[in-house]
Amino acid sequence: MTEALLQVEGLRTHFHTFSGTVRAVDGVSFAVGRGEIMGLVGESGGGKSVVGFSLLGLIDPPGRIEGGTIRFDGEDLTAAGEARMRRIRGREIAMVFQDPMTSLNPLHTVGRQMDEVLRLHTDLDAAARRARSVEMLESVGISRAAERLSAYPHQFSGGMRQRVVIAIALLASPRLIVADEPTTALDVTIQSQILKLMRRQIRERGASMILITHDLAVVAEMADHITVLYCGKVVERGPADTVLRRPAHPYTRGLIDSIPNPALRKERLNQIPGMVPDIRNLPVGCNFRDRCPRATALCAEVEPALQDRGSGQWAACHHPLDAAP
Amino acid sequence: MLGYTLKRLLQMIVVLGAVSVIVFLMMSFTGDPVFMVVPIDATEAEIAQARRILGLDRSMPEQYAIFLKGMLQGDFGRSYVFREPALDLILERLPATLEIVVVAMLMSAVVAIPLGVYAGANPGRTESRAIMTGSLVGISLPSFWVGMMLIFLFAVKWNVFPSSGRGDTVEVMGTRWSIFTADGWHHIILPSLTLSLGTMAILLRITRAGMMEVTRQDYMKFARAKGVSRRGVLYGHGLRNALIPVVTIFGLQLGDLIAFATITETIFAWPGLGKLLIDSIYRADRPVIVVYLMLVATIFVVINFLVDILYTWIDPRIRVK
Repeated sequence: MTEALLQVEGLRTHFHTFSGTVRAVDGVSFAVGRGEIMGLVGESGGGKSVVGFSLLGLIDPPGRIEGGTIRFDGEDLTAAGEARMRRIRGREIAMVFQDPMTSLNPLHTVGRQMDEVLRLHTDLDAAARRARSVEMLESVGISRAAERLSAYPHQFSGGMRQRVVIAIALLASPRLIVADEPTTALDVTIQSQILKLMRRQIRERGASMILITHDLAVVAEMADHITVLYCGKVVERGPADTVLRRPAHPYTRGLIDSIPNPALRKERLNQIPGMVPDIRNLPVGCNFRDRCPRATALCAEVEPALQDRGSGQWAACHHPLDAAP
Repeated sequence: MLGYTLKRLLQMIVVLGAVSVIVFLMMSFTGDPVFMVVPIDATEAEIAQARRILGLDRSMPEQYAIFLKGMLQGDFGRSYVFREPALDLILERLPATLEIVVVAMLMSAVVAIPLGVYAGANPGRTESRAIMTGSLVGISLPSFWVGMMLIFLFAVKWNVFPSSGRGDTVEVMGTRWSIFTADGWHHIILPSLTLSLGTMAILLRITRAGMMEVTRQDYMKFARAKGVSRRGVLYGHGLRNALIPVVTIFGLQLGDLIAFATITETIFAWPGLGKLLIDSIYRADRPVIVVYLMLVATIFVVINFLVDILYTWIDPRIRVK
């Protein structure tokens, strides 16, 4: 296997707050291959977004990357200075945010916000930048693109704004897109349009994507690989098919079971019992044990390590699902 | 836009009309001006005659009509003291006040906005706390004290700036200005600095509050994710979003300083409007006071109009109606 585009090893990002240290990301490792879409899954507060911001070096105090390496095309980004990171942001790694209503500057025209990226990352002259922006807007499905350049974000609908955000992210032809819940804030009817658009754009350009989401249905549709986070730790990862069909970790199982399945017509949806523990005060042993139907005394004492389950699937569980309980 | 401007102009006329009534009434209650004109040993007949010449024997509405008619023709009457048209007196002094006020406002903005942006973007830092404490001092110190301290230090002790007067002036567009001569600038610095401190502190605090709000917004982080420098994000994306309240206060302070630079002008013997006003009040020079009040009202109305136009320029979501 050739070297992955992105190789994250033991990433630890902590927030030092008054009420204690929040280990938002605590020893996370995963890889994203070239041209691959990796789904980063977990509940709210599981540290998914923090992983995304860590990749771009956008963790602001009191947060700090405490350890681990982020190898992007062989270069360790945790060791890169701010000047180097500025050249990576937007050009090599771009980000799509959750809420298109707030991720565009309300006082600048769409054209200006697009132009900014090209000005920072290319040598194109003004006319060429404009042509490129128009072309990009058209390719994300915005009609009358040349006119829309002089429009302000508030003159677009939510779905259209997210298309603009995607266009901005793609402008400088980055090799990796980090999409943080890109469809969560959108109408259901728009969601699949945007996802399809993103997948097509990524595939056409041969770029890679990290798709951060809490929605396994989205991941099932999009991702090649899946990494499941729980309380800042990877609990399972592997090829999307395998993980979705044969999840090894009870938490992954729980997430899959909470997807509504119209074919089953059940009265009640399955849910994972209990709540995510307070991340400032995590229990010893397995973080999931209080909500886990398979937990034993062992789970309370020893934190499970990620173990190879074969065919690229890894899980951190003492009692994985396909083994005897 | 044209319709809006016309509408605002109409509003201005209404406001100024109301101000003229108030000014007229106030003036009628502040004693009989006839004694300012006649000699101290004037006879009853002479007083009555003066009263007739001045039109003071007519009814109030009649007097107001005459006052209004004169005003519309630019005739505010002659100063009782200087025997010159009151309007000319005011217009002659206005440039002097405008000079120190404009320089003071520029000083405030140039200092306050970068410091406010810094303090707003880095709220926890020691430097930010120092800036905020400094701004509290700026708000608390009365300008007469600051003025005297500046004179004591810079004029008396170190002898680097003059303590009073306008210095050399040069005639530009029919009026005399200090701002176009080196010596004039030398004289402008201290009074302008005195005037600027309060405004500086207020603008700083408003800018900081706005920036604290703005730095939390997603578009700031999105801009950084695009590769924009921190500084570029703060000034290119943040500041404009925090600017509406800053512009509002800037406009109000500008009007305020023009109208009430009195104390500072007195301390620095700066021959501006404020000094003229004080002198006129002492001498009950009614026409001058009237012109002054009407001018101040006009300035406030015009500044507010300009600020409203600025809003729409800053934020395209704001529409003038």
